[in-house]
Amino acid sequence: MRVPLSWLREYVDLPAGETGRDVAARLVRAGLEVETVEQLGADLKGPLVVGEVLSIEELSGFKKPIRHCFVNVGAANGTGEPQEIVCGATNFAVGDKVVVVLPGAVLPGPFPIAARQTYGHTSAGMICSARELGMGDDHNGIIVLEPHHEPGTDAIELLQLVDEVLDIAVTPDRGYCLSMRGVAREAAAAYGLPLADPALLDVPPANSYGYLVKVADPAGCDRFVARTVTGVDPSAQSPIWLQRRLQKSGIRPISLTVDITNYVMLEVGQPLHAYDRNRVDGPIQVRRAAAGETLTTLDGVKRKLSTEDLLICDNSGPIGLAGVMGGATTEILEPVVDPETGQVTGSTDVIIEAAHFEPVAIARSAKRHKLPSEASKRFERGVDPEAARAAAQRAVDLLVLIAGGTAEAGVTDIAAPHPLRTIAIDADLPDRVAGTGYGRETVTRRLQEIGCTVVGTDILEVTPPTWRPDLTDPYDLAEEVIRLEGYDNVPARMPTVPPGRGLTEAQRFHRRAGVALAGAGFVEVNNYPFVGEAALDALGLEPDDDRRRTVKLVNPLNDEEPGLRTTLLPGLLGAVRRNLGRGNTDLAVFETGTVFLPKAELKVAPRLPVDRRPSDAELAELDAALPDQPRRIAVALAGERLPSGWWGKGAQAGWADAVEAARTVARAANVELTVRQAQRAPWHPGRCAELLVGDRVVGHAGELHPRVTKALHLPERTAAMEIDVDLLFAGGGQRVSGPAVSSYPVATQDVALIVDAAVPAAEVEAALRDGAGALLEAIRLFDVFTGEQAGEGKKSLAYSLRFRAGDRTLTADEASAARANAVAVAGERTGAVLRGV
Amino acid sequence: MSAPNKSYDPVEVEALKPEVVEQARDEAVAAFAAAGSLDELKAAKVAHTGDRSPLSLANREIGALPPHAKAAAGKLIGQARGAVNQALAKRQAELEAERDARVLVEEAVDVTLPYDRAPRGARHPLTTLAERIEDTFVAMGYEVAEGPEVEAEWLNFDALNLDQDHPARSMQDTFFVQAPDGTPDSGVVLRTQTSPVQARTMLDREPPIYVVCPGRVYRTDELDATHTPVFRQVEGLAVDEGITFADLKGTIELLVSKLIGDGLQLRWRPSYFPFTEPSAEIDLQCFVCRGESVGNPDRPCRTCSSEGWIELGGCGVVNPRVLVACGVDPSRYSGFAFGLGLERILMNRHNVADMRDMVEGDVRFTLPFGMEI
Ligand SMILES: [Zn+2]
Repeated sequence: MRVPLSWLREYVDLPAGETGRDVAARLVRAGLEVETVEQLGADLKGPLVVGEVLSIEELSGFKKPIRHCFVNVGAANGTGEPQEIVCGATNFAVGDKVVVVLPGAVLPGPFPIAARQTYGHTSAGMICSARELGMGDDHNGIIVLEPHHEPGTDAIELLQLVDEVLDIAVTPDRGYCLSMRGVAREAAAAYGLPLADPALLDVPPANSYGYLVKVADPAGCDRFVARTVTGVDPSAQSPIWLQRRLQKSGIRPISLTVDITNYVMLEVGQPLHAYDRNRVDGPIQVRRAAAGETLTTLDGVKRKLSTEDLLICDNSGPIGLAGVMGGATTEILEPVVDPETGQVTGSTDVIIEAAHFEPVAIARSAKRHKLPSEASKRFERGVDPEAARAAAQRAVDLLVLIAGGTAEAGVTDIAAPHPLRTIAIDADLPDRVAGTGYGRETVTRRLQEIGCTVVGTDILEVTPPTWRPDLTDPYDLAEEVIRLEGYDNVPARMPTVPPGRGLTEAQRFHRRAGVALAGAGFVEVNNYPFVGEAALDALGLEPDDDRRRTVKLVNPLNDEEPGLRTTLLPGLLGAVRRNLGRGNTDLAVFETGTVFLPKAELKVAPRLPVDRRPSDAELAELDAALPDQPRRIAVALAGERLPSGWWGKGAQAGWADAVEAARTVARAANVELTVRQAQRAPWHPGRCAELLVGDRVVGHAGELHPRVTKALHLPERTAAMEIDVDLLFAGGGQRVSGPAVSSYPVATQDVALIVDAAVPAAEVEAALRDGAGALLEAIRLFDVFTGEQAGEGKKSLAYSLRFRAGDRTLTADEASAARANAVAVAGERTGAVLRGV
Repeated sequence: MSAPNKSYDPVEVEALKPEVVEQARDEAVAAFAAAGSLDELKAAKVAHTGDRSPLSLANREIGALPPHAKAAAGKLIGQARGAVNQALAKRQAELEAERDARVLVEEAVDVTLPYDRAPRGARHPLTTLAERIEDTFVAMGYEVAEGPEVEAEWLNFDALNLDQDHPARSMQDTFFVQAPDGTPDSGVVLRTQTSPVQARTMLDREPPIYVVCPGRVYRTDELDATHTPVFRQVEGLAVDEGITFADLKGTIELLVSKLIGDGLQLRWRPSYFPFTEPSAEIDLQCFVCRGESVGNPDRPCRTCSSEGWIELGGCGVVNPRVLVACGVDPSRYSGFAFGLGLERILMNRHNVADMRDMVEGDVRFTLPFGMEI
């Protein structure tokens, strides 16, 4: 809602020096969201005056029509001589009254005006268009004023170019503030000043000879006021003040009748519709649409109607989508000027509709037909049903006053009975909600200020005003009192919080995992979880891969990405590519977040009641409709993991770094991770590790398949890891038992084994451990090689074994015996033989 | 060595004559002083203190002396040897110091060499910001609650007093999940707020409840400098006997002072949220311009767009209807709730101009934030 300050002052006698910002600050504290205060004409400087066009000389030989004019600007130019002006517009004639800006003035921009030579003449000023004056950007043509304005008159004042406009974002509970009347009421309360209510008008009572209206659906339409004005002059134009108020409020002037309906809507908040009576066929009917009915709305779109749509009809069928938009067949005709005679034809007899519709019906129709209109916006949020009569009267008055029409005596007013709502509220409820003491008198006074009637002492019987349908329970009333008393005046206090249990073990682990990865040189990224087929194809997933089964969105941001991720890799690899594209070459990134795995059986989540706690069975039905959402961690590496430098050679990132990242996470969970050779997209079939906790696969790591790196434009050998941290965490958490640290001397023995190349090192190591027995303190693989020395199809693994006893110094024989046993077990299990034996 | 001589005076033994001993001593001292290196000193040491050195030889003569002469001769030699050893030690120390100084100079390195051998990592500032807020509340006794991002509509809307036709429901620009039959009527959405976690908490346990709920939420905004369709919130909920708006104010004020610092004004603006009543938006005085940019075109402020205030988030007293739907008795308990947008706090607290930087994962953005924020 855009509120011109000059207009607001018509209803509240605000202090003279009060600026838009001052008013905005007061309204903000009362709960109106004033987004901006626009300073209209702030950089505008005169002289800007009315001029009379004395002569026009059409200059030829230029690319566009150019006019050389003399304009009478009265005494405004200091000489009284005609002002010489060159103009590029053509929509004016000799004798027209126009708006002239003289040298020395500044137009909005700022755009200083000076006399200059152009097209071979002097141009001492400009004849102005609406756009140049900042009156709205839809008119390129010159403003032609009504003939009665005197040359030399100040046009800044005349066109009301200087003003302040408050732009207010009206929350859904404050529909009444979508009107000057409502905002003025809030301003009056905020300043403690009286309100001149524009809806307080003398209205003749309803009678039987108004336009015939039949309401077949009183639940959908509980009020319908119709008034008729005849003999409207189709050539009459909206006066400047009316046009300016509409423009400042963000509504484009169209024609006088339409402008008046819009103006009254802005003023009192009641949407009006004007019909050309001569185009309406018989009585007006209000009913729901029948199956298969259509309506062409006045935006020219033919719409298929739903049986839930509330319609305005005549004998010909639908003529309007109630409360949303009128129909094309009965709309007010745009005035047309006959070029021969100058005669203006258009609508002359007008029916004004001021009705009240059920908010939900209007909201649904507007949503269904994607037609959010000024009218529907107001009906959805609630319109004062008692304002309909006054609004219709106001429109009739303006049509008579400005358009030369005659009001017909008939007044149609169909009203379904409206029971008065009363709310019982404990007088101290606002005190208890706010945590302070207002007292009953303050509570009563504040409720009266917003238009409630209040009776009672300890328990107040409150009748809210008709324009506040949002006030339905005692807490609504408490809120009004607290807001008007000011949130700033509520004291600040700390609740007494009982001792909490701190973070859960899982939460502590999530933090540790992030810290461990960051400590290991990974940078955290967060990616959107949206995926499409292309991303899954690029990963080389088989058609029946589970990860292709995604949760689908109805309204994705991007039609190419309608699904939710089933793996973190697409987003993470996208981040790698983005970084590479920006020249960040050596990358190690990680992401932690949920993936979305549809359940085997897809279900719909029920709509449960809200007037009680749903049963556990009902709540379980909700969860059954949700996908599984496990938490994952993934990493990706490309380029150098360890850079080369003056210290020596570095190392490229590779599969081993990815596997190690998994171990880093596992260590943070205090979980023993088993690594096994595996094959799974998108990894390289020979360089993919399956990560297990016990027998359970919790993730994969390794180098990406060359086809995947190619498809994703990633460097060769890019490596990645993805692990399910929920599963990982579930396998860990054992309390560490402190080891007994022996201070006896260590005995170190090396062993080099030859095994088949296909034997996993992990198995050899496990065999050595088992064979070495309790004396083995640590084992470390320090060399691996293949080639001639190892033999065809073989590899050599060299281990360092550290032996130590807890209670004595080991003899060389004891250590050697343990080593020999280790080698023997490795030989049995893996076929390992000692090198060089 | 001479044969035992029981009748002669010691002075008759040439090697034990005081002048001979003193000369040997002086020669030794001079030789040490003349040694220019540790090697020369070692040679001089052998020559003057070794088994064949004059003083050692003289010392051996003492054994042959008559008892009455032994003491004097021993003293004479002992003093000479003491002086020699002292000179040796002194020269040894001097020469070692010289050598050490020389070697350490030769071993000097350029300690300003860069050493970026171990790659640096960092956690995302939104993660660590959420943790900082969590920690503030955990220290007060709150617990951290989490919930699903794909959520039942009932929990995201209905239970929070937003029925199907509520105008606020269209304010929220929701992503809807397809039903099994491909229609939008799945009853499932991407949560538009973390409030469903609050609802789940109330459904799960009895008051008193004090929780904070951090998490990702979704709205159908296009990504630009100040919007992202996927963003982070931290919401808080307190449900207990006698909870009031005043408790909410105290709690938020404490959070702001911990998170941003003291001395900045807070503005409590009445607003509207279906799940709270009364509802408020909390604005923080702009900490860059402290409001001095308002109406002052010469001093525009980018941080607050010259508004003087920065929106922190929304809050209010929990609407009793929400308590009812979540199984809490509103005649006994009341509560407050608040929600903060982390992206905006990060922008303000750390001068981040463009929200896209938080989304795109450029490591250059994240690295400076390190491990904590
Ligand atoms: Zn500022």
